[in-house]
Amino acid sequence: MKLDELTKTSGEWLRGSGPETDIVISSRIRLARNLARYPFPNRADNATRKEITQLLGSNLKELERSNPLYVWDIGSLEEVDRQLLVERQLISRDLAEKDGARAVAISYEENVSVMINEEDHLRIQVLNSGFSLDECWEAINLLDDQIESKVTYAFSDQFGYLTACPTNVGTGIRVSVMLHLPALVLTKEIQKVFQALQKINLTVRGLYGEGSQAMGDFYQISTQITLGLSEQQLIKKLQEVIPSILEWERRARKALVAANREALHDQISRAYGILQSAQTISSEETMHLLSSVRMGINLDLIHELEIPTVNELFIHTQPAHLQKLHGEKLESADRNIARATYLRERLAESNGTAE
Amino acid sequence: MTAAVYTEVKTPFRRPTARKGSLFQPVPVFAHSWPGSSTVMKKCSRCSKIATLHITEINEGKVDELHLCESCAKMYLNQPPSNLEEEFPAVEVEFAELMEEDEPEDNPAEEIACPSCGITYKEFRSKGRLGCPQDYIVFKPQLFGLLDNIHNATQHKGKYPKRAPEASQKQFELIKLRNELNEAVQQEDYEEAARLRDKINSLQEGMQEET
Repeated sequence: MKLDELTKTSGEWLRGSGPETDIVISSRIRLARNLARYPFPNRADNATRKEITQLLGSNLKELERSNPLYVWDIGSLEEVDRQLLVERQLISRDLAEKDGARAVAISYEENVSVMINEEDHLRIQVLNSGFSLDECWEAINLLDDQIESKVTYAFSDQFGYLTACPTNVGTGIRVSVMLHLPALVLTKEIQKVFQALQKINLTVRGLYGEGSQAMGDFYQISTQITLGLSEQQLIKKLQEVIPSILEWERRARKALVAANREALHDQISRAYGILQSAQTISSEETMHLLSSVRMGINLDLIHELEIPTVNELFIHTQPAHLQKLHGEKLESADRNIARATYLRERLAESNGTAE
Repeated sequence: MTAAVYTEVKTPFRRPTARKGSLFQPVPVFAHSWPGSSTVMKKCSRCSKIATLHITEINEGKVDELHLCESCAKMYLNQPPSNLEEEFPAVEVEFAELMEEDEPEDNPAEEIACPSCGITYKEFRSKGRLGCPQDYIVFKPQLFGLLDNIHNATQHKGKYPKRAPEASQKQFELIKLRNELNEAVQQEDYEEAARLRDKINSLQEGMQEET
């Protein structure tokens, strides 16, 4: 598996299949785990971090799995490749930017990624398309068992799995789903959703997690408590609340159509028109317009384009992806031209195939 | 279980539920959250100290996050945005009260270092990250209070490593059953409570025989 291949493919989680994919882009579960015999990454000197990276990297590589894991040493990657992995949600910005020995293990389908020496020794992630938390749990639970059969985790009967930050101790789990909520944003009802979620201890974040802006009307809803509730209880908590948000979004979409179908259709068609013909376009504008187009497809106002293509365009029009496609570093102005060219080509292509 | 003793330990981190109906609620464009409702302890956005006030500004669906330490938060709250002048003096007062409740600066317990990784509780408080798994034993008394504030719980429920020694697994099972027993008693489900009590007794007997 080569990193360059990533620019031609897209992750399994973008394929736009599975339940509720008109609104739920993906489901994700992550587990934080640490080795019992080593200090946490922030307190380990580089020799120790190297030892941890080697120990975990070689164990992950050798796990017997139907989807084997490929390990990359992050420190020896070019900046653009590290950024590429961030854009594809396979590593965190923190892992890309920090110093010292660190690595990531990824499955070919990109639905499994294991970060080594991020905040904890291990950050295991399973990412699937659609509203599919049970499948995520099944997969990550198995992988966790497999890793645990090779190494000894730091665990206490009282506090559960021990983590560098006490906010993750216990199950070490974060359960999240990525939602596309354009109608709730348009009708300005999104704030009510935030408030309701905050009351029940759920967090809302943007596309790229911690501190990122909610680009393209994408919102990650996730659990934050890790101690005192079991994995199943936390998963259930999210499974119970998501359907009402989906219901809210669908109702808002219906209301928009009912209030002024022509205006909405016009706005969506214009967005599609700009994407098909712009000569230079920023990342923000692209996200914004793609969001309209995505909603347009779900409302049956655009017919010649498919959801997986739009999902993919959100990721492939990001800076590192464009630079990989061009095989060279591009300044912001050049990226905007490259982005517009890429969008025109891809949209013309999919028009051709659909007709 | 000595959890009840430990939960008395005061920390600067507060449980979000304590804020219910507080002055923060009516402020329209701000959603304040305290550690515990925030996911990760963060560094202050303006200096390198640990952030204790987390502000999410929501503007036309756009979300901006701001994480501030005690002193920067005081400055921030003293410079309210013009449209919030009405609400802010109240917030300021309450915030000052919060700060006064803090632990004294020179608490000797804060200086105890972990024999394994060398970190002190004070260092942990400023960085927000522990140094090694051992810290959970060394700083157990302080962590009880902190974890109760963050998670509203101090006992792990859920998965445990298959490789954990059998005795420890049984211990774990016992803790879980006792929790369930408490819940059953609270909900006045005495049938369930009796069943759990029998299970606990037989498990305990089994463990005594082994030792």
